[in-house]
Amino acid sequence: MATLKVGLVSPEREIWSGEAKQVVAQTIEGQLGILAGHAPVLGVLLDGSVVKIQPADGGDEVVAMVGSGFFSVADNEVAILAEQAELAGEIDVEAARLQLEQALAGDGDGMNDVSVTRRRAEARLRAAGHES
Amino acid sequence: MGAQLRQLRRQIRSVKSTAKITRAQELIATSRIVKAQENVRASRPYADQITRALSALISHRVGIGHPLLKEQPEDRRSAVLIITSDRGFAGGYNANVLREAESLVARLREQGREPIPYVIGNKGITWYRFRGREMAEQWSGFSDRPDFPSAERIGRRLAEDFLKTDEEGGVGEIHVVYTEFVSMLTQQVQVRRLLPLEVVEEAADEVLPTYDFEPSAEAALDLLLPNYIESRIFHMLLQSAASEHASRRRAMKSATDNANELIGLYSRQANQARQAEITQEISEIVGGANALAESSAGSD
Repeated sequence: MATLKVGLVSPEREIWSGEAKQVVAQTIEGQLGILAGHAPVLGVLLDGSVVKIQPADGGDEVVAMVGSGFFSVADNEVAILAEQAELAGEIDVEAARLQLEQALAGDGDGMNDVSVTRRRAEARLRAAGHES
Repeated sequence: MGAQLRQLRRQIRSVKSTAKITRAQELIATSRIVKAQENVRASRPYADQITRALSALISHRVGIGHPLLKEQPEDRRSAVLIITSDRGFAGGYNANVLREAESLVARLREQGREPIPYVIGNKGITWYRFRGREMAEQWSGFSDRPDFPSAERIGRRLAEDFLKTDEEGGVGEIHVVYTEFVSMLTQQVQVRRLLPLEVVEEAADEVLPTYDFEPSAEAALDLLLPNYIESRIFHMLLQSAASEHASRRRAMKSATDNANELIGLYSRQANQARQAEITQEISEIVGGANALAESSAGSD
């Protein structure tokens, strides 16, 4: 079966790369599942959403939180570029909870809208497997 | 002990401690260059991908009139973003950047534009403040290891000001003065225009696929352009950081070499002084003994 070559990158480093069976990303309009042979797409990621990658070797699903970014699909290559991207295992759940509380109380992080901060915190918790 | 000898020994001691400091700085800078180069490498996949996506987007829909791509001839103000370091001890690094910035400012004035400085790094900020010049914005605290959120902050501020008109305190174009890390030995000060973006038509050796856009091409461009600017700024910050370390390493290496040379010179002089002292003592003893022998021979 054909596989996808996937790269999940942030400006500071490559977060994950490898072969995958399926990638699920969320755009403003909804979830998008990508399998091998998908038509070329350039999509805007929902700021503060979760990306799921199923590795081709049958390993555990890779789950990551992404912030502002986009993904492109072409020739069975998927590139996911996000300014903020964290793998589930790297997420600081406590910090994310705190962030969420602050966002709900109406305090942003000084740079983004409160709604963006809230969505990002929620996405972090979701990616880490803690429903908010 | 002779006064001269004491003074020389004191000088040797002080030069030795200076050499220790510069040597330590040199070693620190050396290890940081490696780190900085790794950071540059790690940032490359993102930069390449975003450039590719952007050129795909623009080549498909030529003439999308995004405000960030538009020339603004009616705005006479030009932003000059100057990237300097937070700390000194880096040889000519900051001086070179500031000199290049000065000539850019002069050039802009000649064209009848009004340059507005935006300064990164304590050294540049102090330089401007000392001369009593106004800065539109200043950032510091991350020059030796830039992180992406800093680049994001800078990029947003610049894009925001770019979209304003002159009357609102905005600018019509944005130039950046930074230092490109060419190799360990060569770093070059570069002047680039960041905005409005010049879309360089890549040689068409690679046929870009016909993308569908989710949700639309306009939305994709709205997101991509600011992110691209932030990624460019991040790249410049990383290059500058690597150059800063390289230039600090070189400056500290020559300082250590000079100190060692001085220590050698002073040691030779100190040895000479010590020997002269001994010779003098001996001749005094011998002279004294002779005088004693003569006087006792005379009394016999």
